[in-house]
Amino acid sequence: MDTNIIYSLLGENFVSYAIMAIIIILFITVYALIAILAELKISAWMQRRYGPWRNTWHGVGQPLIEVFKLLQKENITPDRADKFLFNLAPFVVFMGALMAFAVIPFGELFIPSDLNVGIFYAFAVSAFGVVGIIIGGWSSHNKYSLLGSMRAAAQMVSYEIPIAICLLSIATLNGSLNMETIVVAQSGWFWDWNIFGGAGGATKLFVIPFTLSLFIIYFIASLAETNRTPFDLPEGESELVAGYSTEYSGMKFAMFYLAEYTNMFIVSALITVMFLGGWNSPFGDFLNYVWLQPAWFIAKAFGIVVMQIIIRWTLPRLRIDQLMYTSWKVLVPCGLFCFLGVALYSMLSL
Amino acid sequence: MLSSFGVILVFFIFALLLVAAAIITAAIIRPSHPNKTKLMNYESGIEPVGTPWILFNTRFYLIALAYIIFDVELVLLFPWAVSFRGLGWSAFIAMLIFVFILVLGLFYDWAKGYLDWDKPKPYIPELKDFIDTKE
Repeated sequence: MDTNIIYSLLGENFVSYAIMAIIIILFITVYALIAILAELKISAWMQRRYGPWRNTWHGVGQPLIEVFKLLQKENITPDRADKFLFNLAPFVVFMGALMAFAVIPFGELFIPSDLNVGIFYAFAVSAFGVVGIIIGGWSSHNKYSLLGSMRAAAQMVSYEIPIAICLLSIATLNGSLNMETIVVAQSGWFWDWNIFGGAGGATKLFVIPFTLSLFIIYFIASLAETNRTPFDLPEGESELVAGYSTEYSGMKFAMFYLAEYTNMFIVSALITVMFLGGWNSPFGDFLNYVWLQPAWFIAKAFGIVVMQIIIRWTLPRLRIDQLMYTSWKVLVPCGLFCFLGVALYSMLSL
Repeated sequence: MLSSFGVILVFFIFALLLVAAAIITAAIIRPSHPNKTKLMNYESGIEPVGTPWILFNTRFYLIALAYIIFDVELVLLFPWAVSFRGLGWSAFIAMLIFVFILVLGLFYDWAKGYLDWDKPKPYIPELKDFIDTKE
């Protein structure tokens, strides 16, 4: 495998894989701290507040201080809860989040695992999170938790269909499920990205409306997949206290929180790979070096994360019947229509 | 030599290790003084009534069923998406028929009302409700 600089330096063995996993974990930790700070600061900016301000310089140390606060919090397991499943849930939730990172291609030389079914695998593993949420919600023996987890399950299974249709369309357009192949097919200028119909001549004008709509469908569905507003019914604090994580405290709660932010990055990374050209520079050969590819990739993905945060503080929460309506009666038919358009274009341009 | 799925195994192990390390570190640092009230389930400050482990709304079950049908059928489309370049128009038409059946199933669910959630029907009082019409 020449797809990873660490594997080519240290050889392919358990040690190099472990180093790769540790790098990814460090990246997730730093990213989560920055994303939490961004969430605090952007919400403050949108509501004309200062946000965290007093503890360190402009309050930038707030997320780190919160981690230390959560470390010192007492861990309460309700005595009527199912103890084993209650303790298992944070593991399952975070496992699903981290395992999806194994196929995220940060750059030509920074692919942890170059699976030939990469997109399909990421889609499958990111659905793991809902299992952890159901385990946690059910085992808490709390009405709010159970309601929150049932809502999370209904919401996630509904919104997985539009996501699967989007993946299918991109696989049809590029003829592959391998993330590296999909990214390489989009190299060039930004109009060669899949959001603008991929690389191609004037005939691709036919497919641009379809791919643009698929991008919007995927973005809406990914908001629902990560339980972000306007789809945050599972943890709607005005009706369900804290949803499935009501009974969790201390570090276990922190794991749920970390998994949520990790999932936000994963869906953003998938958007980047599928629609926004992955690690490629938007301007042809401008700064398109191998060593800068991770920077481009992370910049694009973090841009999507910031968009998710801005949307969270802009839109009100949907009702559950509106939620089901949006998924089954709007996104699924539109997605299937766009898929047929992309399939026809791919057949004609053979 | 590990295959590319070996990396995934390593990631799986490290995910478990990270969560375990975080929880064990917290267990060393944090205080622990449980008492009966503290270990009670949270129910907005009042004593919990009954159990939440009860029969649940069948709407959730129907949604899950629709999801399984759709997802399995979509998974069957993935092989076509990857290998249609060598298969020609006959495979394309077969795919169209398959999607047509899929859409038919969706419209059946739609027409039968399985996709509708119970809409809230709030009671909005009108002025005449407050006027005692009886003499």
